[in-house]
Amino acid sequence: METAAMETYVRRELIAPLPPPLATSGMLGFVRRRLFGGVLNIILTLLSALLIVIVLPPLVRFLIIDAVWSGTSRTDCLAETLGRPVGACWPFIAAKFRQFMYGFYPEAEQWRVNLTYALGVVLLVPLLIPRVPYKAWNAVAFFGLFPLVAFVLLVGGVLGLTHVETRLWGGMLVTLVITFTGIIGSLPLGVLLALGRASKLPVVRMLSTIFIEFWRGVPLVTVLFFATYMLPLFLPGNWRMDPMLRVLIGVVLFAGAYMAEVVRGGLQAVPRGQYEGATALGLGYWRMMGYVVMPQALKYVIPGIVNSFIALFKDTTLVLIVAIFDLLGQLRAAFADPNWATPVTLFTGFAFAGIIYLVISFAMSRYALYTERRLDTGARR
Amino acid sequence: MKQTLPGGPPRVAVHNNPKVRSAFYQVVALALVLACAYAFAVNASANLRAQGFASGFGFLGNTAGFGINQTLIDYSETDTYGRVFVVGLLNTLLVAVIGCILATILGFIIGIARLSPNWLIARLGGAYVETIRNLPLLFQILFWYLAVLGTMPGPRQSIGLGLQPVLSSIGDGIAAIGLPAVIADAFRSLASWIGPPDVYLNNRGVILPRPLLGDGFGWVAIAFGLAVVLAIALRIWARRRLDATGKTFPTGWAAFGLIVGLPLAALLALGVPISFEHPQLRGFNFVGGLRLIPELVALLFALVTYTAAYIAEVVRGGILAVPRGQSEAALALGLRRGLALRLIIVPQALRVIVPPLTNQYLNLTKNSSLAVGIGYPDLFAVFAGTTLNQTHQAIEIIAITMAVYLAISLITSLLMNWYNARTNRRFER
Repeated sequence: METAAMETYVRRELIAPLPPPLATSGMLGFVRRRLFGGVLNIILTLLSALLIVIVLPPLVRFLIIDAVWSGTSRTDCLAETLGRPVGACWPFIAAKFRQFMYGFYPEAEQWRVNLTYALGVVLLVPLLIPRVPYKAWNAVAFFGLFPLVAFVLLVGGVLGLTHVETRLWGGMLVTLVITFTGIIGSLPLGVLLALGRASKLPVVRMLSTIFIEFWRGVPLVTVLFFATYMLPLFLPGNWRMDPMLRVLIGVVLFAGAYMAEVVRGGLQAVPRGQYEGATALGLGYWRMMGYVVMPQALKYVIPGIVNSFIALFKDTTLVLIVAIFDLLGQLRAAFADPNWATPVTLFTGFAFAGIIYLVISFAMSRYALYTERRLDTGARR
Repeated sequence: MKQTLPGGPPRVAVHNNPKVRSAFYQVVALALVLACAYAFAVNASANLRAQGFASGFGFLGNTAGFGINQTLIDYSETDTYGRVFVVGLLNTLLVAVIGCILATILGFIIGIARLSPNWLIARLGGAYVETIRNLPLLFQILFWYLAVLGTMPGPRQSIGLGLQPVLSSIGDGIAAIGLPAVIADAFRSLASWIGPPDVYLNNRGVILPRPLLGDGFGWVAIAFGLAVVLAIALRIWARRRLDATGKTFPTGWAAFGLIVGLPLAALLALGVPISFEHPQLRGFNFVGGLRLIPELVALLFALVTYTAAYIAEVVRGGILAVPRGQSEAALALGLRRGLALRLIIVPQALRVIVPPLTNQYLNLTKNSSLAVGIGYPDLFAVFAGTTLNQTHQAIEIIAITMAVYLAISLITSLLMNWYNARTNRRFER
């Protein structure tokens, strides 16, 4: 075979460069990828944008731009008097503010409520910030001492304070009192029930399980009815029980059962070795639980505990069904006032209460998330 | 090898013997509980005697004497409290069943939207969940009832819900912007071709066309039942054949065809024995049609939107719980996208989703008792509310009401335990 000159191909000019790839980072890339990548994506983006346009501007207009900011009566909030579309009627809230916050708590005694709030905040804030020292003392003061002081301040009848009946309480005061009592009462009850359910003694375990499943299986409304109508029948006839106290008992039983399940999750998360180690050290049951197991278990479930507090806070609204007027109950009562009957009164009231509920619950849920992240960094198996 | 300690088993004082101690504690616990129960019973009977109210369940046979504004079975004021109980229970179940179905649909949509690669829609889903979950449910029920449905116009100015009003308002909008009148007219003529809407919204609730079932509709229902049975049989047969020969069979499509086709064929064969009674505005109110009372609409709306926010989180958690490697491995094995979803991802996600989802269904059912806040006649409102007010038999009535909710909870959790045991067995195999 002759050796023919090998045909070779040599490119004489450079090929035209490809266009640069579409940016996938930076502002433009983000918009291209996350908002306008593909037909479906574009349609979804347009629909979402439409939804925002439909919802957001009217909301802002109602709450701020068209809102009435000053006035003394319903006529100030009528479209006929103002000659323009009317948004929220904030003077209505201003006029009813005392009722929303304190119910019918005597005006001269309001400082007692405010002092209780201030005390609570002063004790609570350092408890929530992990860096502040003396946590144990702080917790004792907040969970042990503060309820007593608050009880004396709010109810009165001693130390020269006039007695204020609980039927005069109302609004935010009732909401906070029920939430706080529910928290204080449900924690120890929940811990005890969780220990009972995890106990080796069959009778104790069975009783705790029945108790927990019973309260978790029925709606809170039936629990409140139970506490209001049935509980007084179970007590000796000459005991007169305060309506607020009855509701508090119902709320604590209900919240305690839910808390027990949260704490049980924590007990199960504590490694077996911890129990065995404590037993090997010669600790008895209560010392083992108190010094070794519970501190770890509770730490695991702080987010869960805060979440059940949020649920409790929202559930306090149900007391209006047994004629105790919390914030929502006072709101409903205020709607019936003919002096403030305007087309926007309902929406204004709901906007006001909604913002309060939203801010408090949202803050609590963010705090739960924060503790969750903080606990996550350590020894996660 | 068994060793015996010198001098027999360790000698402990009787009060330190673990067995004795545990028996002692348990006896004490039981005695305390029984003592409480006894004291309650004694007090209750003394109090009841002092107040002079009757006790026992005889009141269930007494005449109720009050009307109920929504009844699924025949009911009149002369019926008994026992019948009131049944009416209330059915109303509760109605809300629970419709609410669970709608909340599941909405919850899955929002849960998937939160995982969407589209930034805007994921954010919107997140905002929805955060807002709805952080507002009390009773607040939302009252909002929908008082502020939204309560301020609706009267029947004469009813808001029509349907394509026609939407299309004609689009037409008006186009004309207002100044676009060619041809387009606006096209929309308007399309609207008038569709005709007036059949669904109306006013301060008396939502008015829908009422379906009238003619003779022979029972055959359609029978056809539907038959189709379901056949579809299940088909699935079993397909599974067996797959195990034996490896041949696949499009069970999904076949079952869909059966379940839709068979009743449809029956419907057509019988000459469509179904017609709709359309609501008509006569004077100051609507005549005909099916009216959903505003209490039902508000309660359903609030329960569905509220529960959907929780279901969305459940769904999101379930989907995120399936590791990425699972879908990558499925694709690497040559499964198509749809098959990978159906065979690999969805079963694993469902295992995580179903238990908390059932929990949400239970919550919805229990939360439906908030109906009493707006006067929807559910079990709680008519029985623990009105009946309790009239008869004062608190113990019996509250016990029955609690027992009903408890029974629903317990049955659901028994089913759930059975399901969990089954799925876990399947995955461990």
